[in-house]
Amino acid sequence: MNLHEYQARDLLKVAGIPMFDGDVASTPTEAEAIARRLGGTVVVKAQVHVGGRGKAGGVKLARNPAEALECASQILGMTIKGLVVNKVLVVPAADIATESYVGLILDRASQKPVFMVSDAGGVDIEEVAAKTPEKITRMAIDPRDGLLPHQALKLALALYRDWAHVKAATKILTQLYQVFMANGCALAEINPLVTTPDGKVLALDAKIIIDDNELDRRPDLAVLRDESAEEPSEVAARRANLTFIKLDGDVGCVVNGAGLAMATMDLVKYHGGEPANFLDIGGSSNPEKVVNALKIITADPAVKVILFNIFGGITRTDDVANGIVTATKQFKVGVPIVIRLTGTNEEEAFRILESVGMSAMNDMDAAVAKAVELAKGAA
Amino acid sequence: MSIWINNDTRLVVQGITGREGSFHARQMLEYGTNIVAGVTPGKGGQTFEGTVPVFHTVAEAVAETKANCSVIYVPPAMAAGAIQEAADAGIELVVCITEGVPVLDMTYVMPYLAQRNVRLIGPNCPGLITPGEAKVGIIPGSICTPGPIGLVSRSGTLTYEVVHHLTGAGLGQSTCVGIGGDPIVGSNFIDVIAAFNADPKTEAIVMLGEIGGTAEQEAAEYIREHVRKPVCGFVAGQTAPKGRRMGHAGAIISGSSGTAEEKFQAFEAAKIGIMRRPADVVALLKARLK
Repeated sequence: MNLHEYQARDLLKVAGIPMFDGDVASTPTEAEAIARRLGGTVVVKAQVHVGGRGKAGGVKLARNPAEALECASQILGMTIKGLVVNKVLVVPAADIATESYVGLILDRASQKPVFMVSDAGGVDIEEVAAKTPEKITRMAIDPRDGLLPHQALKLALALYRDWAHVKAATKILTQLYQVFMANGCALAEINPLVTTPDGKVLALDAKIIIDDNELDRRPDLAVLRDESAEEPSEVAARRANLTFIKLDGDVGCVVNGAGLAMATMDLVKYHGGEPANFLDIGGSSNPEKVVNALKIITADPAVKVILFNIFGGITRTDDVANGIVTATKQFKVGVPIVIRLTGTNEEEAFRILESVGMSAMNDMDAAVAKAVELAKGAA
Repeated sequence: MSIWINNDTRLVVQGITGREGSFHARQMLEYGTNIVAGVTPGKGGQTFEGTVPVFHTVAEAVAETKANCSVIYVPPAMAAGAIQEAADAGIELVVCITEGVPVLDMTYVMPYLAQRNVRLIGPNCPGLITPGEAKVGIIPGSICTPGPIGLVSRSGTLTYEVVHHLTGAGLGQSTCVGIGGDPIVGSNFIDVIAAFNADPKTEAIVMLGEIGGTAEQEAAEYIREHVRKPVCGFVAGQTAPKGRRMGHAGAIISGSSGTAEEKFQAFEAAKIGIMRRPADVVALLKARLK
């Protein structure tokens, strides 16, 4: 789960990490009030879960409260890469001497939290990593020991040579590690970590991703989810216990299992079509799930055909067939449905479908080819 | 003709009285797996399906039944503890089916296991099956048949799809292993491929990968250096959109975008047969097994 910048700032602030004052606003007047309290020039930043906010016009400089009001009214409500901006963060326009990068991530390879720091920080860190990887210092941390003082010092020395800066950074790194472990993070990033002309070390921007698997046991973190900042169909899917990602094509896909779902999308493309979505109905075979899946997919007007690809293992294919029949009785699907069912209880599933005049196929390639053909015919 | 599980496997099911555990324990019994014990704390002394004794702890189960393999169907928050309990009880192979285990828990579990003589498969995996001998996990037995193909996969139902093609073409399997899709898993592609490479009865290997991370590229490099048996591979997610980006750190840590194309290129460099779609497995293997 992605946190907004302002939510990530809150977690860092609670841990004692120094940062510029600032606050989040939902209306232009709130933004104006924050700018007045802060005084001087401020930055108004869109709070959305996409990169490239600045380039899209979602980050603006305001020299006084009146301009902050103006900027906020421009940014609030704007759409960046399909997501509507509902909140802005207002922070002082900082006077910055240096910019560094500090990231902490759960690393697949070492199977540990790994720090990555670089004094060549700022927004171009990926380019730094690609062209001059030696400028990035990495360190895997054994969670049983935690971040040891000499490890934090070594990382801080990779960032700064001024001893006051080193001391401040050592503390910040230790606090960031605590935030990471205490909140079940998959990622915690300060980019940039800045020094100011008067010698302070401060976190300017933060990004935190919480491991979704933590949310069941951490209701305090689960409430941070901002559903208004997500694609509405993806929110509806999650509430129905489905994994759904909207895409741009016209072949709607309903599949059990993430790997098979991706392979089905690949096969749609292989046969010359474009998938409209990724949708995994998961392992259980509750007919209600199928009904919800069909509702979510048919809400997308671009969908010209719906393709079911179900390999019954734990999932019973007769339950899926029942779900399809129930859904078509409840509401008008409006587009052709191509069904591929194989595995557990498939004879019963075929019988259920045939009893209402529907048919199913056994072979994945044949079903995908047919769905693509129907989508093209409808285009 | 197998790796890790066979007719000698003595299985204990952790969470045997739960909804998932009891359902799959029945399926495994039906397949002929030698389930010697079940474990549910608080339900020791009961009997499952009239034949399998239930114990409070894995240690008790091992002491009474000499179980040497464990399969775990407990809720996510308890999974890490269940893995550690099995390792402490002297179980050699632990298979964790549970989905949704917090990844931070696994950062503690892995070094714990490193100090003990135990192999973990999963979490969030379908387990493994040696057709005709034993099934540990949830892979449907009906689609498998004994034979010379070793299969290793990061996903569940995609595995079934490919096994279905293999069985349909008369290409039986030595063992099928689902390693799981989580960021931190107990066994990776290389662990399984090395075991298949050493197994005299496995004549060819199929690997099914997914986008993300670099496990497939590392496996390809291992295959290029060490494996002379024919291998073919698939990567699911060729058409996936650039998924949720892990900030900058995700790209930096792996030095890779983790795309399917990048993985296929690594396969090509290692002379691994490229499956552009699941059905390609049959023709590729038949050409290589001649």
